[in-house]
Amino acid sequence: MRFFSPRLLLATSAVAGSLALLASNPHTPSVAPDPDNAGLKLPAGFGALKVAETGGRARHIAVTPQGIIYVKLNKVKDGKGILELKPQATGKATVTGGFGDYGGTGMYVKDGYLYASSDHNVYRYKLDAKGEVTDPNKGELLVRGLKVGSQHESKSIVLDNAGNLYVNIGAYANACQEQDRTRGSKGIPNCPILDSAGGIWQFKANQANQTYKNGTRYATGLRNVVGLDWNQQDNQLYVMQHGRDQLADNWPQFYNEKQSAVLPAECMYALKQGDNAGWPYTYYDQLQHKIMQGPEYGGDGKKEATGNYLAPAAAYPGHMAPDGLLFYTGTMFPAKYRNGAFIAFHGSWNRAPEPQAGYYVVFQPFVNGKPSGQWEVFADNFSGSAAKTAAGRADHRPCGLAQGPDGSLYVSDDSKGTIYRIVYNAKK
Amino acid sequence: MIFKQAFLALALAGGVLSLQAQHRPAPKKTAAKADPAMAASIKRGAVVYKNVCITCHQADGGGVPNMNPPLIKTQYVLGDKARLAHIVLAGLAEPIEIDGNDYKQHMPAQNYLTDQQVADVLTYVRNSFGNKASAVQVAEVKAVRATLPK
Repeated sequence: MRFFSPRLLLATSAVAGSLALLASNPHTPSVAPDPDNAGLKLPAGFGALKVAETGGRARHIAVTPQGIIYVKLNKVKDGKGILELKPQATGKATVTGGFGDYGGTGMYVKDGYLYASSDHNVYRYKLDAKGEVTDPNKGELLVRGLKVGSQHESKSIVLDNAGNLYVNIGAYANACQEQDRTRGSKGIPNCPILDSAGGIWQFKANQANQTYKNGTRYATGLRNVVGLDWNQQDNQLYVMQHGRDQLADNWPQFYNEKQSAVLPAECMYALKQGDNAGWPYTYYDQLQHKIMQGPEYGGDGKKEATGNYLAPAAAYPGHMAPDGLLFYTGTMFPAKYRNGAFIAFHGSWNRAPEPQAGYYVVFQPFVNGKPSGQWEVFADNFSGSAAKTAAGRADHRPCGLAQGPDGSLYVSDDSKGTIYRIVYNAKK
Repeated sequence: MIFKQAFLALALAGGVLSLQAQHRPAPKKTAAKADPAMAASIKRGAVVYKNVCITCHQADGGGVPNMNPPLIKTQYVLGDKARLAHIVLAGLAEPIEIDGNDYKQHMPAQNYLTDQQVADVLTYVRNSFGNKASAVQVAEVKAVRATLPK
């Protein structure tokens, strides 16, 4: 009886109760997929529709509990950097408004607020009972003055359950070389970028006008993170790192084109405060399952890294650019998807002259809050054809992911601005 | 002997061109056909492009959206040759805008290439991907290099 806590029993029945409520939600609309599933290739039982064509560079997206979709545009369109879309009965949506005169990437909804980021700042907007931004002109500036260079500018954002805001500040370099991206140029010792970028910073979610001095460098050694999410099962931050480029271009004596096309891995990291994922000193070789010393810092493609660096939770082939991460907590999809991770791979450029890859949404199974088993391609053919994928000339490029109140999976495309919605229609 | 070799090279280059021409339904007179030296430069330039440029600018010369600019019919490629050679030798740190799109990734200096290699690759780029423009000469590259800090 020692193990049978009455409190645990209570919690278990509460969870069961809310699950039953969700399953019998009378407001769940019947959503019809497009006849061609929006051009996507999906597993059996799934369908997709194009919710809207925004015509903007749709980066991250968020859906309120009431089903309003907010889209962050990378570049301001008609004076607006955030679009508001309201759902129709068919499951599609209409652009009903816009606000925020800044481009950017971050978009997140939590506890009655919409959070958004430019490449310099983080803002939030109050949501009303209908899940709509009440006063678009009264965005609250939460964080300002974040470092930005001419690469890895996105400030992706997510919140935990304790009132903290996490912001990616990408490293404005490939591998912290004396001359960026230059053949044979050595790495700068004690990479100076890391004091204000190349990591995840933690701020308060409800405090205005914060700068670096109000924040904490939560984790470092992360070259650039675009996709990130809070895992509710193990109450932990997960991020997807964009691995370094140009191993063969800059170090042809150590790497050939074929190696450079697949190395290093695009890594998923489960972060705790104080972690160091090793950039720019190391990279992860997913073929050898080893953390390697970077060639800018004395590596030669064979030398393992020394030092206390965080190993990835999961690793994927190189250069595919993971721009969106979402832990699926809905009940619409079959049970195997629950608490697993969807990853939007924006697609590669740094594999040339080898064929390009990515431009799809991947599913990574999780068991008990940890990646478990082989990842699989979930939604494919955003590019339009295998030839377009290989050439890197994709029609659409998946970027942001969000879960709708009914458990639909929303995917944004930052090339043409299409918003996709993936639903499960078969009987479970 | 030197003349003989040069003649052989010219004849070979001409042979390659006429072979290529056979596959075209309606062969057009190109600048390269009229100028075997230019044809040879383009051929050498294609090798340099594959070794140095292709990663960022891609096999089709189309670049990468938001990062690496396209090399297709832009003024940077077709315009002032000295400016173009300067970009290759000195790199380009500032973001540039082409047709309303920003390209922000830093281009590293490729000053380890010889004047001949730079001339060849630029002649190749100016006559590939739908481009058609005059050859870049070794002397033109040399003049630009002379203006750069050692």
